[in-house]
Amino acid sequence: MTSEARRIRVLVAKPGLDGHDRGAKFIARAFKEAGMEVIYTGIRQTPEAIVTAAIQEDVDAIGLSILSGAHRELFPDIMQRLRDQGAGDILVFAGGVIPDEDREFCRKLGVGAVFGPGTSADEAIEFVRTHVRPA
Amino acid sequence: MAPYLARHPESAPEFTTGSRAPVERLYSAVDRSGADEERDLGYPGAYPFTRGPYPTMYRGKLWTMRQYAGFGTAAESNRRYHYLLGQGQTGLSVAFDLCTQIGYDSDHAMARGEVGKVGVAISTIEDMETLLAGLPLETISTSMTINSTASTLLALYLVVARRRGVAWTALRGTVQNDILKEYVARGTYIYPPGPSMRLITDMFAFCAKEVPEWNPISISGYHIREAGSTAAQEIAFTLADGIAYVQAALDAGLDIDAFAGRLSFFFNAHNDLLEEVAKFRAARRLWAQIMRERFGAKRPASWALRFHAQTAGVTLTAQQPENNVVRVTIQALAAVLGGAQSLHTNSRDEALSLPTEEAARIALRTQQILAHESGVAHTIDALGGSYAIETLTDRLDAEARALIAAVDARGGMVGAIEQGWVQRQIQDAAYDLQKEIDTGARVVVGVNRYRDDTANGVPIMRVDPKLEREQVERVRRFRAQREPGAVRASLDWLRRAAVSDENLMPALVECVDRNVTLGEIADALREIFGEYHENVVV
Repeated sequence: MTSEARRIRVLVAKPGLDGHDRGAKFIARAFKEAGMEVIYTGIRQTPEAIVTAAIQEDVDAIGLSILSGAHRELFPDIMQRLRDQGAGDILVFAGGVIPDEDREFCRKLGVGAVFGPGTSADEAIEFVRTHVRPA
Repeated sequence: MAPYLARHPESAPEFTTGSRAPVERLYSAVDRSGADEERDLGYPGAYPFTRGPYPTMYRGKLWTMRQYAGFGTAAESNRRYHYLLGQGQTGLSVAFDLCTQIGYDSDHAMARGEVGKVGVAISTIEDMETLLAGLPLETISTSMTINSTASTLLALYLVVARRRGVAWTALRGTVQNDILKEYVARGTYIYPPGPSMRLITDMFAFCAKEVPEWNPISISGYHIREAGSTAAQEIAFTLADGIAYVQAALDAGLDIDAFAGRLSFFFNAHNDLLEEVAKFRAARRLWAQIMRERFGAKRPASWALRFHAQTAGVTLTAQQPENNVVRVTIQALAAVLGGAQSLHTNSRDEALSLPTEEAARIALRTQQILAHESGVAHTIDALGGSYAIETLTDRLDAEARALIAAVDARGGMVGAIEQGWVQRQIQDAAYDLQKEIDTGARVVVGVNRYRDDTANGVPIMRVDPKLEREQVERVRRFRAQREPGAVRASLDWLRRAAVSDENLMPALVECVDRNVTLGEIADALREIFGEYHENVVV
């Protein structure tokens, strides 16, 4: 498959227990309309399930949406599992209710970007297009 | 008009409400030509209750100022409740963490990182006793936002009351207990719809007999609106959920007038002031008609829709968070002009974290200013009779009615949810609205217009991670100190009740009294009822 033919594949995932999926579903649909292949996991996914899905689906990027406040416990676990399974090159970005002061924490983990409330879908789409690993 | 418009064109080709419905330049008697005031409006406290559920409304009793709060451990939340009551709050509203809401004890693997985050962690009767320590259960009313584990939380509340010598007949409060909206909008379901509905009707029957002042359900449109629905969808899907609960209770053999008066509702108070006021009025009128005409209820109390309102969390911005105080004021005004029985006002910092104490105080003060300074509480339904309000009320009534008919055609709410139809309706509305915001067609001050990146800082609250570790240890210690025979025997009773048609509440009360934990109860019922898995629709 040539690089032009391969569409960018994105996993939109909801770690943690919160059911606030309006943002995740909106971004999933916006990515799809922007021409990407999107897999949406549904709510209440464990770090293990997210990483397994990302590898099985051979995605280029993972968008994590969380509003419960558990990102400080769950993001490190997800990033570690990705590295352990040789998938550390998958682009990871996040959105939801993540306080500004946690952005640095996320960046150090290797999360490529944190899109807070008020971000437009175009901003996230542009970020993914310019940052995914070369095919 | 045309020459004037030619010289002074309007600023947009069309104007719309917050739900993207068209708004006319001017409303007049012409728009209301088919109206019949006696039939459509009536009087406050009388059918069809358009103008309010009570004859004197806030002149008799102000709405209950009920701030939703809870975080960290039971002891920590208990301190916040004492503080809020000391500040003049008149009812409690308990927020539980997600583990408690989904039936996991604090030490369960799924609970990691979530303990005490969005609410208080309650796994045991000991946690519940700490949560309610020193609170006058015989005089306050307590609302608990809890759904799939609502029966367990009510059982815990009842056992604490009994141990303190407070009669169950004196207890006042509400459990949300509205599972149908969890499947479409909020996500804290455990079991499939069938057994979930049975848990609910068991509670209706039990409360009608044992805890008569308790509202065993708060049928909630709030989260449907937060998920992105329109105002008309919020009314329609909420009332359609109500129809499903009433039907389930009738099917279980209950008498409608024995429980219908204790059904309560929960709506969103969103940004569009006039549309929201009209929404509350339309919902009351429609429900009265459903109860009287469709279900044949005889008591006026069965027809009257009483509701709690909360300002719209989704409208709060992380940018320039001080502006949220103004948004909340407008939304709260809509709830008061719309005749709410109780109200939660959001704090300015809720797009960022749980509220700080200062932010929570300003939110409560906003209600007190509306109640005591604005004057709007002195006159019942002060906007009633306005051409615009009445036309909007009629339009929302008609739209919601059509949507309820569409739900009926899909076999009622349970069928419509199983087909993914309701989820799709809400998602489409949410997508359209977000697109309008993204393109700037809908202005959000401070976000897509009037940005000021220097004005975004506000202190935020953080739950200390140490609290989770302590809570996990507390639960483990509690489990180790119990009498295992009593735990086993009461769980056996629960299992027997679950596979028969015996009311589950007495077994649940016995379980929590015998130190069975919330997670153990949920696990026992999971084995028998199975688990619901989301029908992912994007």
